[in-house]
Amino acid sequence: MKERLQELQSEALEKVERSSTLSDLQEIRVAYLGKKGPITEVLRGMGKLSKEERPVIGDLANKVREAITAELDRKKTILEKKALEKKLEHETIDVTLPGRPVQVGGPHLLTSIVEEIEDLFIGMGFEIREGPEVETDYYNFEALNLPKGHPARDMQDSFYITEELLLRTHTSPVQARTMGEYQGSKPVKMICPGKVYRRDTDDATHSHQFTQVEGLYVDKNVRMSDLKGVLNRFAKQMFGEDREIRLRPSFFPFTEPSVEMDISCKVCSGVGCSVCKGTGWIEILGGGMVHPRVLELAGYDPKIYNGFAFGMGPERIAMLKYGVDDIRHFYTNDIRFLKQYHKA
Amino acid sequence: MFVSLNWLKNYIDIENISAEELAEKITKTGIEVEGIEYVAEKSSNVVVGYVKECEKHPNADKLNLCLVDVGEEELQVICGAPNIAQGQKVAVAKPGAVLPGNFKIKKAKLRGVESNGMICSLQELGIEERFVPKDITDGIFVFPDEAEVGMDASQLLNLDDAILELGLTPNRSDALSMLGVAYEVAAILDLPIHLPSEKVEMTSEQASDYVTVNVEDPELNPYYGAFVIKDIHISHSPLWMRNYLMAAGIRPINNVVDITNYVLLEYGQPLHAFDFDQFGSKEIMVRRAKENEKMITLDDQERTLNSEHLVITNGNKPTALAGVMGGANSEVSNETKTVLLEAAYFSPSAVRKASKDHELRSESSTRFEKGVDPDRVKRAGLRAAQLLSKYANGTVLNGVVEFDALDRSEAIVEMETSKINDRLGTEISNEEIVDILRKLNFNFNQDGDTFTIYVPTRRQDITIFEDMVEEVARIYGYDNLPFTLPEGASQAGGLTVQQLLKRNVKSYFESAGLLETITYSLTSNARANLLVSPEVKNDAVIPVKLKMPMSEEHSTLRLSILPEMLDSLAYNTARKQTNLGYYELGTIFVSKQETVTEQPEERLRVAGAVTGEWVSHAWQQEKKTADFFLVKGIVEGFFRKLNIRVEYKQVKMDGMHPGRTAQIYLAERPIGFIGQIHPELQNDYNLKDTYVFDIDVDYIFEVQQNEPSFQKIPRYPSISRDIALVVDEGISALDIQTTIEQAGGSLVKEIQVFDVYQGEHLTKGKKSIAFNILYLDPERTLKDEEVEKSYQAILSAVQEAHQAELRG
Repeated sequence: MKERLQELQSEALEKVERSSTLSDLQEIRVAYLGKKGPITEVLRGMGKLSKEERPVIGDLANKVREAITAELDRKKTILEKKALEKKLEHETIDVTLPGRPVQVGGPHLLTSIVEEIEDLFIGMGFEIREGPEVETDYYNFEALNLPKGHPARDMQDSFYITEELLLRTHTSPVQARTMGEYQGSKPVKMICPGKVYRRDTDDATHSHQFTQVEGLYVDKNVRMSDLKGVLNRFAKQMFGEDREIRLRPSFFPFTEPSVEMDISCKVCSGVGCSVCKGTGWIEILGGGMVHPRVLELAGYDPKIYNGFAFGMGPERIAMLKYGVDDIRHFYTNDIRFLKQYHKA
Repeated sequence: MFVSLNWLKNYIDIENISAEELAEKITKTGIEVEGIEYVAEKSSNVVVGYVKECEKHPNADKLNLCLVDVGEEELQVICGAPNIAQGQKVAVAKPGAVLPGNFKIKKAKLRGVESNGMICSLQELGIEERFVPKDITDGIFVFPDEAEVGMDASQLLNLDDAILELGLTPNRSDALSMLGVAYEVAAILDLPIHLPSEKVEMTSEQASDYVTVNVEDPELNPYYGAFVIKDIHISHSPLWMRNYLMAAGIRPINNVVDITNYVLLEYGQPLHAFDFDQFGSKEIMVRRAKENEKMITLDDQERTLNSEHLVITNGNKPTALAGVMGGANSEVSNETKTVLLEAAYFSPSAVRKASKDHELRSESSTRFEKGVDPDRVKRAGLRAAQLLSKYANGTVLNGVVEFDALDRSEAIVEMETSKINDRLGTEISNEEIVDILRKLNFNFNQDGDTFTIYVPTRRQDITIFEDMVEEVARIYGYDNLPFTLPEGASQAGGLTVQQLLKRNVKSYFESAGLLETITYSLTSNARANLLVSPEVKNDAVIPVKLKMPMSEEHSTLRLSILPEMLDSLAYNTARKQTNLGYYELGTIFVSKQETVTEQPEERLRVAGAVTGEWVSHAWQQEKKTADFFLVKGIVEGFFRKLNIRVEYKQVKMDGMHPGRTAQIYLAERPIGFIGQIHPELQNDYNLKDTYVFDIDVDYIFEVQQNEPSFQKIPRYPSISRDIALVVDEGISALDIQTTIEQAGGSLVKEIQVFDVYQGEHLTKGKKSIAFNILYLDPERTLKDEEVEKSYQAILSAVQEAHQAELRG
């Protein structure tokens, strides 16, 4: 009996070894370990054995059964793995084919620039204020030290709706409105982005509608060096740490002293090239110390308060930063233009 | 303002500084130099030649054969200019010369005769034709006799002169004169300034015997000075003067006119020369013009005047429009013998009004409009009289006949060094302040830290402390200001709830696949009335129009973003870009007034448009063309993101497809629409099927102010039931859904359409619509019986309300 069991074991193991499919294995399992299989048969014949032999043979039969089971399981794992590998082999796809397209939208370049500027100044403690695009003559001009008949009104020929209403020519009226709202009660630290309008014929460098971001800081003891410091920080964050700024005297009716700010030319690093017209510098924004008359008109005592203001054109910044060569690109909404600036 | 550096050298020693370096310094100190130009491109080998002989060319009628002495040699030159003559001194380009445009002069044969060089016109030497004296635009230039044969002609003609083009801000009208620029450069370079002489020799004859001056309105004309100069000989002005005028962009005419122009540029004071014999009387009367009074100006135009215009008259008729242009009746001509020279101060407002009304912007009017230096008015007259006596053979009569009520007082400004430093963030010392004031040529008194400045009248722009802060800062150097950051109490910057919401709106539509556009707010009147959302149309009486638009295209403020957006789609389609998905967040302008007097309401809207293929180039699936439900899906997602519930109701509106347009309601309030553009309108724009939406964002923000509160995540499972109903095709999904909602009870959490069918398996005129109903009780596990009860209630409700049948 003993021999018979050992014989069965080696016979079964050899069959398992030779088998190549899962169904072969199943057959072997049934043939050897099933209820009608030879091992069960051997066990049934145990009654004929002596008391001493019975546990020995029983033990051996169990071992044989375990050995065959283990081998069957081991082989099954191998075959299953092989079968899976084969299946996966068949599932191979051309991974270089394109995926299912998802429509990708994105902001307009001007929006990106404006939001970048907003975030920069928010980081310096500025709030964002907005105001109407149709303004009163008072807020657009008079409150900014531009009384009727002032020659500087020519500088920004405007779209009037009535004698007293016009499309704002800059976002400065938002400053006047904010100061007017506070009536000298507290400091103002704000920027105001928005659309503005001037009587210009649309061409490569002019647009009757464009964007402005202006800033205002009014407090006690504001210095012109603060303006320089704030603008310097802005310029470096916006255009790169390696850029230098310089201020030049200029004129705006609402500031005194007034400045224009240049940044060093990125293309030539200040040596002079065609982009900066050989000067090494590119004009980027205007500003200055708030004119005492403007403070006074808004209810701020210029003996106690003073401040600085500045204004810039996101179109110009975009043109410089990205080399956009025609301001009309911002308003024709050519999809080939819009798609170039997907950055969020 | 064009500044000739050679001219400037008459007042200040700038031999040792290059044009570029000077330009850079001027720019950094306050006046932007917009460009450096030269009078002409470089020429070489052009000399003064004497025309010894001049005969007709043997073989050509219009050519002359000249023998020209150029110093070292005599050249045979053929010349075609009509004004060539024997005895002239002319500019000769010798063989080997190079003229502007790299034009090389070589020996040549013209009609069989040798020509060894070229006699040049000013244009050939590089001067722009518009500055060349009119009498020689077709001919050669003739030097005055003093010119020495063999001399470098380029130099004599000032062709190497560098011109600085100053971009003057309105406050710096002081630099509209060579003297003003000289003061500026003197301050920058710390150099002394040499003023021109105003000394005039006058005869004993009294000018007041020739003319009287009366001024009606001293406000408009506080000073009028009249000089009388006899024995005038009209001719060329001296070559140097003609050179400077051409360099400054003014065409030389004759000595009298050139001298007034020269002094205008030198002093910044406009002058006017009348022909005394044509003036018509011995009385100068300055007054306001009468209503509808007519006069003919120098340009031979008849001008109709009104009482806001100031005129110079002979007591009867206007002889000049004050400060703007002289009259044709008293113009200086070749026959003029006696000149009546005017040096006056006209008020900026009077001149501005006249120059604006008559669209006459002249060198004169621009200066008067900005306010001339009161101190220089009479001095400029004296300077011109001196030059007329010197260069026009004039005899200056004694005295200036004048009306004088002019305020020549200096503005007085107080400043303290400490306050300057407080304002600038600097540590400038008293000594440095003194030095800056000295460079500026400003008079002052100093008392320790306190300065009293007597601002020269040439600097009309300086009246208050802040103006002096700028003067000190710019001479001290803006570059020398330190970089500091504000020291005031800091506040936290940030976006308001509304501003954040705006950014959210944008980011949603971008994530949904749309590109942001920015279109014009100004549109045409026709387009302003197009695709206006019904609730907007209800409020806006008529679109707001500009008083004086530049074009009809941009004449009216928009009531919808869509028309200009369709324009953008059309622009792209015309360029073969046909698959487009756009959105824009922007303002529309709603006025409830028939005649606008108040600011219109500015309402924030978000609009979008999709046309063409939404999914294209898909190799494994069919391409998807934009349709109503695509755009609706985008809009629904928007409201889902904002957690706002809206309803859609079929609507008919102009410009939209009658069967494919829905109005959007938020709790009974209409807030916009969605749908397909009417095929006719699509045709007008050359667009394929285009689907749009337009939504009131302001109102959404109004109901959206609250932050969402936390909703517990349900711990119990939900139960889902489907119900497929057959109904008449006219019954809307929304109607059925509403019935289900009302009948289903509080356990119904969500109802969704998952199938709509119409076709062969159904009776004609019927459709099948299937809903998925989700039941949930957050507090406990649902029982089947409860769900079944609700389901049955729903079923009988839809049968009742819509004659719906359960689909088998």
